[in-house]
Amino acid sequence: MLDWTLILHAGVATGTILLFAAIGEIFAERAGVLNLGVEGMMLIGAMMAFKVAVATGNPWLGVVTAMLAAGVLSLLHAIVTIHLQADQVVSGLATNFVGIGLSMVLGEGLSKAGAGALLPSASIPGLAAIPFLGPVLFADHNILVYLGYLLVPVAWYYINFTRPGLHLRAVGEYPAAADALGINVYRLRYLYVLTGGLLAGLGGATISLAVSPGWFSELTTGGLGWVAVGLVIFAQWNPWRAAAGAYMFGALRRLILDLQGPQLLLGFANPFFYMPRLGFFLQMLPWAVIILILVIGSREAMRQRLGAPAALGVPYIRGERGK
Amino acid sequence: MTTASKTTRRFLIPWTLRIEPRVDAPRWFSGAVSLGALIVAFIIGGIIIKLAGGEPIRAYGHILKAAFGNIGVINDTLVKATPLILVGLACALAFRMKLWNIGAEGQFFLGAWGASAIVLAPILPRDTPPLIMLTVMALAGFLFGALWGFIPGYLKARFNVNEIITTLMLNYIATSWVLFWVFGAWSEGGFQMSHVFPKSAWLPRLTDYARQFPQLSGLTLHGGFILSLAAAVVIWVILKRSRWGYEIRLIGDNPRAAEYAGIPIVRNTVLVMMLSGGLAGLAGMSEVTGVVHRLQGAISPGYGFTGIIIAWLANLNPIAVVPVSVLFGGLIQAGREIQPSGVPRMLQGIILFCVIASSILLRYRVRIVRR
Repeated sequence: MLDWTLILHAGVATGTILLFAAIGEIFAERAGVLNLGVEGMMLIGAMMAFKVAVATGNPWLGVVTAMLAAGVLSLLHAIVTIHLQADQVVSGLATNFVGIGLSMVLGEGLSKAGAGALLPSASIPGLAAIPFLGPVLFADHNILVYLGYLLVPVAWYYINFTRPGLHLRAVGEYPAAADALGINVYRLRYLYVLTGGLLAGLGGATISLAVSPGWFSELTTGGLGWVAVGLVIFAQWNPWRAAAGAYMFGALRRLILDLQGPQLLLGFANPFFYMPRLGFFLQMLPWAVIILILVIGSREAMRQRLGAPAALGVPYIRGERGK
Repeated sequence: MTTASKTTRRFLIPWTLRIEPRVDAPRWFSGAVSLGALIVAFIIGGIIIKLAGGEPIRAYGHILKAAFGNIGVINDTLVKATPLILVGLACALAFRMKLWNIGAEGQFFLGAWGASAIVLAPILPRDTPPLIMLTVMALAGFLFGALWGFIPGYLKARFNVNEIITTLMLNYIATSWVLFWVFGAWSEGGFQMSHVFPKSAWLPRLTDYARQFPQLSGLTLHGGFILSLAAAVVIWVILKRSRWGYEIRLIGDNPRAAEYAGIPIVRNTVLVMMLSGGLAGLAGMSEVTGVVHRLQGAISPGYGFTGIIIAWLANLNPIAVVPVSVLFGGLIQAGREIQPSGVPRMLQGIILFCVIASSILLRYRVRIVRR
């Protein structure tokens, strides 16, 4: 039978990867810069984290390097889109290509490097004893999972209730007005694109040092970066919704793996067990689900007249008529 | 942006940089800037190769020789360029309307699948005359590619769903779909590939005429190349010379003006996505009938993604897509032997970065003036 505790437990772990990347992207997009390079940034983060952890034996050093590497890549995107006013979509795609290519160049031979030092896991005493929720959320998780729990409320509070958060939103909604009020639009945009990069790198490190340890070339991220970008739209740029989406998607990925195991499913013969090639349809499921939640999210946004930050994707050019 | 740079003033240099908006530029200028960007990209790539412990001059020399060194490898380069032209056109067309179709890869797979289904299902018998067989296969490839473009196009037009994400997700679904068939119903002896197509489903190749013209022997360039050149001309005519093309360009440049002018944005979104998907589907058809002659999981080393870069480097001009595709065909062709294997991918990204970064030169001019 399916072990739901196990599935949800794994979902929270995988979801943490998406959570970091999605919240990073929320920061960048709230400041008005779309960064489609999440997949590339995560991949280079995963590669650097593993490489450094194997070389030094210190996983935390790996995490820091991963964040810095992805941060540098995000700054490339920032320069090209903020100062050189290039199209953010195309620059994001270029970030991806460079990130993926560079990870493959620098990660050459790394897949045979064997196991490195991984990040530690822990249970939270007390909370782990709560029935059902305890084992799912607070028992035997990686340290970064708990960091993820903290990041969500912090990001939400920062964006919505602090002064820098107000500036962040102003820069993304109406940069000309923000500029008139003395906010440095360019500097803040750089800062939050960098934040997005650092968090994407952290997401990458979460993969290679915690959730599915190792380096498997492009398959290490396997599209999770794109899922994170999709989640941001579904989440309507809200960290809480992003977290919910991330954990649910993580659980779905685990469920799909587990569905192919048992011989009986709900008392019937399990078709995925007896015809393994039906598993290809299971593999399509997560991507189809992302499309579905995007449709739901977009319809909801249309109805409530919610939307993306108004200046998302628009380069700010000082002295041109504000939009 | 018009103020003089502070640093130069501080160091008391008698010249200063002025950045001012460019009012107009000669026609050759954008091409020259792209070429300059390409050169800069190769220099940056060379530095990275050097830092990673390689020898850039030898690596580039190797690329050049392995891509354009003799008639045999030029043939291989053009074979690689064939699908690239078609996906490049697919991207250029959609991007011209600011529709971010990055699902050419998936549309390519669906096109290959649709064309293969004609032979493998089978819908037409093995001994169908080649002309009919290939025409039907091309139609099927186009149709299934178009279907894969229709889904994101419809979702975008109807519910305003971000097409970047949907096209990308559909890529993954398309690959799984093809794998389902080549591992299952169409598998040959349990391997992840179908049986070889009958000769009636092979696009004619140069080497097929070796009996009359012995010098053509061994050249595998196939009819898909002609198809892709024709497609480039057709797309150019549509974009630059037709009323529909005018609508597409207007929507791309100024959607609000287009809306006020009464141009049907919703309909054009769906149609352009379908045509774009159809072109990528044709690329898939041309690849299975011209090169691999069977359906298998590995039919594309990321053609669909390279198409994005090609479209951009060609400045979204359908005719310019052709030479740019030949260049990238050479890069892919030569890149297969280059270690580490990520180099071509990385170079593509750097090229794209340099090209978009250089576009600021089209809008501003940098002048050195005496203070």
